[in-house]
This record gives sequence, structure tokens and C-alpha cells, in this order.
Amino acid sequence: MKEMRETIRQRSAKKEPRHFISTRNACKLCAPLGASIVFRGIENCIPLIHGSQGCSTYIRRYVISHFKEPVDIASSNFSEQSAIFGGGDNLKTALDNITRQYHPEAIGIATTCLSETIGDDVNLYIDEYCRSKKDVNIPVLIHAPTPSYRGTHMEGYHEAVKAIVETLAESGPRIDSINLIPGFLSSEDLRYLKEILSDSGITYIMLPDYSETLDGESWSEYQKLSAGGTTIASIRTTGRALATVQFGRSLDRHETAATCLEKKFGVTARSTGIPIGIRETDLFFNIIEELTGALMPLKYEKERGRLIDSYIDGHKYVFGKRAVVYGEADFVASMTSFLDEIGIIPALCAAGECTGRFRELVQSGIRNSHEDILILEDIDFESMAETCQTIGADIIIGNSKGYALSRKLGIPLVRAGFPIHDRIGGQRVLHVGYRGTQQLFDRIVNALIEFKQNSSSVGYSYI
Amino acid sequence: MIKILDARKKQMYEKGKGDFDLACEKTSLAGSVSQRACVFCGSRVVLYPVADALHLIHGPVGCAAYTWDIRGSLSSGPELHRLSFSTDLREQEVIYGGEKKLYAALTELIAAYKPKAAFVYATCIIGLIGDDVQAVCAKVQTESGIPVIPVHSEGFRGSKKDGYKAACEALFRLIGKDEITPVPKQSINILGDFNLAGETWIIKEYYRQMGVEVVSCITGDGRVDEISRSHHASLNVVQCSGSMTHLAKMMEDTYGIPFKRVSYFGIEDTADALYTVARYFDDPLLLRNTEELVRTEVDRIYPEVQRYRTFLENKKAAIYVGGAFKAFSLVKALRHLGIQTAIVGSQTGNREDYEYLKEICDEGTIIVDDTNPLELSKFMLEKDVDLLIGGVKERPIAYKLGVAFCDHNHERKLALAGFEGMLNFCQEVYSSIMSPVWQFSPARINSNLHSKWHRGSKDEAPEAYNQYVEDHPQAGTRDAANEGDMMNANWNKHIIDKEIEGERNERNNKTAVC
Repeated sequence: MKEMRETIRQRSAKKEPRHFISTRNACKLCAPLGASIVFRGIENCIPLIHGSQGCSTYIRRYVISHFKEPVDIASSNFSEQSAIFGGGDNLKTALDNITRQYHPEAIGIATTCLSETIGDDVNLYIDEYCRSKKDVNIPVLIHAPTPSYRGTHMEGYHEAVKAIVETLAESGPRIDSINLIPGFLSSEDLRYLKEILSDSGITYIMLPDYSETLDGESWSEYQKLSAGGTTIASIRTTGRALATVQFGRSLDRHETAATCLEKKFGVTARSTGIPIGIRETDLFFNIIEELTGALMPLKYEKERGRLIDSYIDGHKYVFGKRAVVYGEADFVASMTSFLDEIGIIPALCAAGECTGRFRELVQSGIRNSHEDILILEDIDFESMAETCQTIGADIIIGNSKGYALSRKLGIPLVRAGFPIHDRIGGQRVLHVGYRGTQQLFDRIVNALIEFKQNSSSVGYSYI
Repeated sequence: MIKILDARKKQMYEKGKGDFDLACEKTSLAGSVSQRACVFCGSRVVLYPVADALHLIHGPVGCAAYTWDIRGSLSSGPELHRLSFSTDLREQEVIYGGEKKLYAALTELIAAYKPKAAFVYATCIIGLIGDDVQAVCAKVQTESGIPVIPVHSEGFRGSKKDGYKAACEALFRLIGKDEITPVPKQSINILGDFNLAGETWIIKEYYRQMGVEVVSCITGDGRVDEISRSHHASLNVVQCSGSMTHLAKMMEDTYGIPFKRVSYFGIEDTADALYTVARYFDDPLLLRNTEELVRTEVDRIYPEVQRYRTFLENKKAAIYVGGAFKAFSLVKALRHLGIQTAIVGSQTGNREDYEYLKEICDEGTIIVDDTNPLELSKFMLEKDVDLLIGGVKERPIAYKLGVAFCDHNHERKLALAGFEGMLNFCQEVYSSIMSPVWQFSPARINSNLHSKWHRGSKDEAPEAYNQYVEDHPQAGTRDAANEGDMMNANWNKHIIDKEIEGERNERNNKTAVC
């Protein structure tokens, strides 16, 4: 095994693209975006970005282009004055105005590179604000430090989850419940995870839960903040749960919501990969069983069985095909593990983040001996495109940002992850569990079949 | 139900209600969820279509990531503008300064992509960390031999309008560099069309047919070389005056080029624009060509527009767009379709703009500056509109409320300018309003129930109905999918009849039991 890894490393090193100092078509977004998504997954909570108006507007626009839902994100709207004298006054005015307009239960404050660079002490402002409102009911204020020069949208995401439990979680007698921190998945993924846990008869709190807020029904009447989300009351009880399960092995060595709950309240923290593919999903069900004693319901046994059946039906279409996979480190690691189990060679695995552990994360999911695998982090789409010219890829798996690459190489793009803004239903793409894997598998096989069918002069009607 | 913030009340006005004293050109209220963006956004929007320039965004990665290939801004040649370049500053550079990284980034990118010029956008933190962008640009300009122009677009330094200004100033530094290439006398520059979906090409073709040479479409399908010689044109024709008037004024002051404000949206405004240019040159042949062009085009499209009108007459629209000039044209264009504008607003209009809007709108129209999603929803519900014209951020509001939508912003794929654009506009509006999907929208069904009575339908609403509808906001939604044509008010009446009957029976039964 060690030898194989060594070989991979050597071969990878040979083909690494020329290094550019600038980032050209970034494969990442900035931290306040991740935090905003999390805050929209809390019931009646509105995100407030503490910085220039543009940060909130750009992020709104970006998030809307994927979810196709109203996403109100307030801004403290920095002016030149605030940049010089601090953004405290603006923050307080913003809190007042948001409360007046939206009557939220909570306001999630995400900072920006601007407010962090001038050294705004948001905690102090919050204290002052709360003191000045002693006699009135004000929303719960949650503060996540999310400067965009530190990490990516994923850091923002996990910072916000951490800030939420730090602010709200309380101690008390243990309850027979688990916390699930799913990471940045689709709304459909969140719905399905809830279905799994409910079917297993487990009491759980999923944090965040934007399955409804960012993929809601058509309204019968106006909603200031879309209905749904993890309730504040339930978040308070996360400190009393049996355990926290967080998806994403890259989080292992970081201080996260799960580790905070463990340290402060003794809630066992468990990290596992995003459950994509049979192996990762089996692991997820094993962890659930281990923590709660709940066995996998028959329904999911059957889903698993059908998935294996389809793997066998479709194996010839995919075997030996070479894929480009990109996105967030944990997403790519799980996706790679899935591709590996169906016989697709993950020829290029790319992440925009800079975790220092990406290679290890990806390789831990690879069981087959593949040659010529490139595993690159802190990479952008231009570097990927340059690399792809020589790796002979057959298929691309990732978000809409890979469309230009797919067009250039003339190979199919199977859209997964975030953002998907050139197709409808990005929020309803299911990735996780046996059912999600089934859908991914079908889409990947069909994309390869369609490509073959379209490229053939025969016009096969049976393939 | 939806409360308007006190501090915002002066920025809205309903025609016919009180004196007109609309406040505008203010910074957005903190916490108000403005639809506006920032200084950087203003600069990026204007400069974006310069397709053979390098656009390097100096700062952390977000600003570049969110503006990657964000607008149509079609190019007939190079497409360097569609790539997103960032210095992607990290914590270390924020602490020790980003100048070195900027220099290295500029140098490597110019060598790799061979642009005709480079724009360096300073984002929020650049000024704060003390980077001397000007000096780095000057150094690279000397070394590379191409214009390397800093754009002072720190997000917090004002509003989107200040970003326009910074972009105009950056463009102005390119102008006047080419003194050699000859430019004919009867020539213009097109300012402020961004060629989002090929509009610049439509307009350019009109001018070609008229016999006017276009030297540079500065901000649409733009090229550095054309901009460099644009100071030799005889006239600047400015659309989207909010963003480009500053450049036109600078060109007037420095090069003596007069400018005219026009709009290419809608039939009258397009015709007006072309005549304005024709009259300026005072050439009989040019005038004849223009008359011929306008007549042919209007003859061609007018019957089509009338056909659309038969379907769209008496609908009500809300308009919320970036610049007020576009709003003027839209109010007029909608009138051709028999659609009344019930709400109209812009992000960046000035007092003069809003006064003009007040003039051209009907009584009862709400005029609003720098609105937010809550206000917009409130007005849309109050005015019971059938259509919203706006951009991506406004779209979900419309859809959730069961209101048709027309994208008149950067994600549109159909050219909306010129005579051809008017037809595209009609088709866009028609294909949304006439879609059968609204029959299932719960909000629309509710609104139809209300509006049938409120709009004074010939069968007067009995008291019981009004009361019922008020007590039951969900009325009429039952079995929606199975009941056929929901747009038919009679059908709604039928449902309510059934519901009232059901309640009555229930009550009677209860009484009987008692």
C-alpha cells in the first residue's frame, strides 16, 4: 500500500501544472457565503454580513442562482466613515432595522475581510447592543468571524456552525439524541438524511437544516423568512446529546462545533466522510448503529441491494474511464472513493482549499491500484484546464464551474455539488446515501452512454 | 403585515398622494437588505466588456469569484474578460502587504495572456493595508509596454455609482492614446450599452444602415484599440446615462465631443435615439436613411406587437432595475402592450429621473428608490401585479408570489434593445404571463380570489364572499391541480361556494347535535 502511494506521488509530481501566483477562475468561494448558508438553515434566522453592501448582494445573487429561492441577507453597509472609525454604529443600526423589518428569532453575523482588517471587535459591539436593549426582547445574536482571506466558503460554513453551538448549546441531563452536522450538501441531501434518521427511529438534531428554507414550496402568502430550519430551542439541547456526527474528514484536526460540544459538554464527536458510494454510506450506517443501536431499516437494505445490482448492470460502461473531480476537499474525497468502487479512475482530483491533507484524504478512499492519478489542492480552473490537456479524461464530475472545461475538452459534465447555475434543480441533486449514489451512478453511466451514442456514426438504438 | 422602516419612507412615493419629495442618492440603510451592490460592482460592470483587457481583482478571492463570467457581455473576438483573475490575498499578505503579490501576478498574467491593457481593481482592504496600487501599475506598465490602469473601487467608498465613476476615469486613461488611425467625420461612440445579449450589434447595424461610423462601443464588445482612438469621434451617444455620463462629460471637456443621452429600449426610444444622431449630423441622406430604417422596422414589428397586446392588455407590472433610464423606456414599452406600470423603481436614480418617472406614470403608481425585498413584495401584493421586470435577485420574489417575471438584467439571453429587441421583450413577457403554471400557484389563486372582487367584476361580490376570503386566505386552493382552469374567476367562485356550503352544513350539523 505504502509503495503504491509512493508511486502515485511520484507520478503526480511529474505532471503538476505550472504554478501561477494569481488565482485564475477560482475553485472556491469566500467565507461569508458558507456562513450565510448555515444561518439560513436556522429557523427564523437572517444572515447579516458585516462589511460593504456588495458582499451581501454578491453572495445573495450567487446563492439565488443555485437555489432559485429568495435569500435575504442583510448588510451593515460600511461607508468610508465606518472603515476609519469602526463599523459598530452601522452594525447596531443594522440590527435595529433587521429586527424591525423581519422580527427574526436570531441574527447570524458574519464578518468580512473589511471588518476584520480594521479590527472591528464584533463581540464587544454585541455586548454593548445587548446591554442597551436590556428591557426589550431582541433576537439571539450569533457571531462568526469569516474574513475571506482566511480559508474558503467551507471555513465560513464550519465557523458559523461552531458559533451557533457556542452561542446556544446548554448543559443538562443527557437526552437520547444525536447531532448531525452534514456540511455543505444539497437541500435534497438534507431531506434524505432526515428521512434515514427518522426511519431508523432516532431522535436527532440536524444543524443546519436548509432543506425547506432553501428549497421551499410555492407560497400561499408572503413569508419574510422562508419557513423551516433547525429550531433555536433544539440547538440549545445539542449540548445534551449522546454524540455529534460531522461529515468531512478534513475537519478531524480542527476545532469545530462537534469538538466544542465534546469539550464543553462531553458529547462524543465523530467525523466520517460524506456518505457517497457504498463504502462511505455503510460507514455512516455503522456509526449510527454504534451510537444509537439502531439497525439499518429494511428500506435502506433494499436501496443498497438495488444499488449493487445496478453497479453490476452498468460496470462495463464505466470501467477504466478517467474522471476529473473537483470541488470542496471532503466532497472530492468522498466522490473519489465512490468512483474508485465502480472502476472509474479518478485521474484528476482537485480542491480549491488549502488543507495540507487533501492527498491523504483522497488516497484513503482509493482501494484499487491506479496509476497516473493527480491529486492537487489550492488549485483553480485554469490550472485544471491546463492539466487536463494531457490526462485523457472521459468525464467531469463537479459543479457548473466546470462547464467551460467540459466544453473545451468535449466531454460530458455530470453536475454535482455547489453551485449549479446552468441547470434547474441544483438544490434537488441527491448525492448522499444509497439513493443518492444510485442517482449519481445512473447519471454518470448515462452521460457516458450518451456520449458514446452521439459520437458513433451508427446511431445505436440499443446500447 | 410588512412594515416599512421609518428611515426608508421618504424614498417612496405614490403618484397622486401628497407632494412629490422623493429622497434618493443616499447610501443604503444598514440592515435594509438593499438590492444594490458596491463601488467595486459598479466598476466591474462598466469595464467588464472590454474583452481584450486583463481584469485583475486585487484582494481576497470573493470579489473575483462572484463576478466570474457573470454577465453576457458578448464579444465578437477575444474573450479574456470572461476569465476571473484574482490576487487571492491570504492572511500573510493582509498583514505584510499585497504589493509583491500584485506585481508578480500582473507580470505573469500579462506574459501568459498578452492582453492589450490591464485593469487592476482595488477591493475593500487594499487601501487599508496600504498597498500602493498606483505605483505597482506604473512599474508594470513601463516594463510591459501596455497600459496598466488602477481602478479605485474599494467597496465601501460610496455606492455603485462611485464605482461607475472610477471605471469612467480608468477608461479615460486609455482614450487619446491612438492619434494615428483615421476616423471619418460622420462618426460616433456608443457609450453605456454592455452587449449583454448582442444589443450592441443590433444598434451598430442600425448606424451602419444609416451611414454613421461607430468608432468604439466603449463598454459593449469593447476593444482597447478602439477606445484609444474614440476621442476622434464627432459625437458620443450615451445609453445607461447613470454609469457613462461621467465619461461623456470628461470627453466633452477634454476633446470637445458633445454627447446625447438616448435609450434603445422600446419603439419610441429607439427611433428617438436614431433620429437624435441623424439630426445631429444634419445630412439629408443620413436623415432619409434613418426615416427609411425606422419606417421599415416599425412596419415590420408593429403588427406583431399588436398581436402580443391582445393577450397582455390590462395586465399590471412592477419594474425594479438598476438605472432609472431603463425604467423610463420600460414604462413606455409596456404601454404599447397595454400593460400598466403599477410600481417602478431603480437602484441609482436621481431626483430628476424620479420626477420624469412621476410625469410618465399613471395615478397610483408607486415610485421607489433603492428598495428591498420586503418593500417590493409589499407593493407587489398591494398592487396585485401580474409581472415583475428586474434581475436575478428579484426573480424568486416574483415566482414565490405567483407573478410572471422578465429578466432585464445581466443574465438575459435575448437581446432587448432596438426594434428587434422590442419583439424579444414582448415574447419574454408573453411567455411568462401566459404560462399555464400560474394556475397552480397558491399565492396567485389567493390573489385572483381577492382581485376578482376588488377589481369590480360585473357580478358584485356578496358580503359573505368578502368575509370568507378574508377569513380564509387559503380559500380556493383545495384540489387545485384537479380542477382545471384556475384563472377562471367563475371557477374560484364555484370553489368558494362549495367551501361556504361545507361550512354551513358543518355548522348546521353542530346545531342539530346541540
